[in-house]
Amino acid sequence: MKQLSVEHLLGIKYLNKNDIDLIFETANHFKEVINRPIKKVPSLRDITIANLFFENSTRTKLSFELAEKRLSSDIINFSASQSSVKKGETLIDTVNNILAMKVDIVVMRHPNVGAGVFLSKHIDAKIINAGDGTHEHPTQALLDSYSIKEKLGSLKGKKIVIVGDVLHSRVALSNIFALKLQGAEVKVCGPTTLIPKHIESLGVKVETNIQKALEWCDVANVLRVQHERMDVKYFPSTREYTQLFGINNEILDNLGKKITIMHPGPINRGVEITSEVADSNQSIILNQVENGVAVRMAVIYLLAQQIKR
Amino acid sequence: MSKKVLLNSKEIEIILHRLACQLIENHNDFSNTALIGLQPRGSFLAKRLASILTNDYHVENIHLGLLDITFYRDDFRRRDEPLEATNTQIDFLIENKNVVLIDDVLFSGRSVRAGLTAIQSYGRPKNIELLVLIDRRFSRHLPIQPNYKGRQVDAIDKEKVIVHWKESHNKDGIYLENK
Repeated sequence: MKQLSVEHLLGIKYLNKNDIDLIFETANHFKEVINRPIKKVPSLRDITIANLFFENSTRTKLSFELAEKRLSSDIINFSASQSSVKKGETLIDTVNNILAMKVDIVVMRHPNVGAGVFLSKHIDAKIINAGDGTHEHPTQALLDSYSIKEKLGSLKGKKIVIVGDVLHSRVALSNIFALKLQGAEVKVCGPTTLIPKHIESLGVKVETNIQKALEWCDVANVLRVQHERMDVKYFPSTREYTQLFGINNEILDNLGKKITIMHPGPINRGVEITSEVADSNQSIILNQVENGVAVRMAVIYLLAQQIKR
Repeated sequence: MSKKVLLNSKEIEIILHRLACQLIENHNDFSNTALIGLQPRGSFLAKRLASILTNDYHVENIHLGLLDITFYRDDFRRRDEPLEATNTQIDFLIENKNVVLIDDVLFSGRSVRAGLTAIQSYGRPKNIELLVLIDRRFSRHLPIQPNYKGRQVDAIDKEKVIVHWKESHNKDGIYLENK
């Protein structure tokens, strides 16, 4: 198995276990590359990549951009706030205009679910989904799994709890697919208003008590409360959320074991997680950021491998 | 398909000792020298030479590294088979060192070209030499020649040089295969 089974990275649900293994193996090599004195390889010298961000992003965009530069590809950046999208241009028109400039790979974040799938059917370029609405964020899930694997050795049989705003989180959905595929047990924990109905059909269990959830797990992946996606009130107040679902040192000290804490960022310090926990040695938040570059390099490299001239 | 023995294990042993002696002649105590095997196939030769230098000629503190060149190759996306990366293990800086790149067979010179680019990610070497076990003359695509060579072979394009190592095939042997 040396090649991905898919032509685009639209979501984890389209991947199989071999694909994930191949991405992780390739990422191991790139992790070594980005720790060298000169952190660059010339593999993608003749590849042009467009980063299309129709929604705000800081770390994902930076991480993709750095991964692309480390592979020596040419990059064009586009963000919706400064573009003709505001003037009423359709998605296909915007992208076709960019493709007319001979782009090979498109990295896209879009507020609408399925934007990547839609695009992949209409244009002739590799698509990498960097987040589509509340649907999937495959590279985040890959780097999360990669970081857990790096810390714990394997995912098989490990217990992972995803805490917080699961309803609005594309990170949660992609993580559930990725973790289940690798044989981990998954629970979600949060206010019932923020847990999607029928989520059990994905093979995960629901827990509404944070103490019990943390006692059960090996790893807690803590999600951000996404105020910007909340059209109605899902919980009475931020303070109440913090009291019921916030993770602090007191809860962790009472567990009688050391669990690993993750967060996809950006962190609302003092809301879903306290500063002490985020900065503690149990947290692998900054490892996730470093691994993000290696994993994205692997995904881009493996997709670029399929482009024949 | 026919297979001809180019070198048997005895001859390989003699050649390896000669190459080791030639290295000692030029590099003295190896304090500023790094032996770098090109992964995957050059690493067997590099390890074998390092062990001969240490055990038979009592050279101490040899810097041995293994270099993967996959991401530096010029045939990425141009081959039928996708490339598979291997590990790089270089735990020293090569800044200002005398580097000896080591590979089993020198054919087109493209792997060595990739190795020359890749090694620069670890610093600026003082100079770089090339050691190969088999030099296939008349098949070069690039102006690259070895400084040390085990045996020169004149083979036509449809012939293939196959190298077997004790470590991977239980027995040393070099064969010429006619496809």
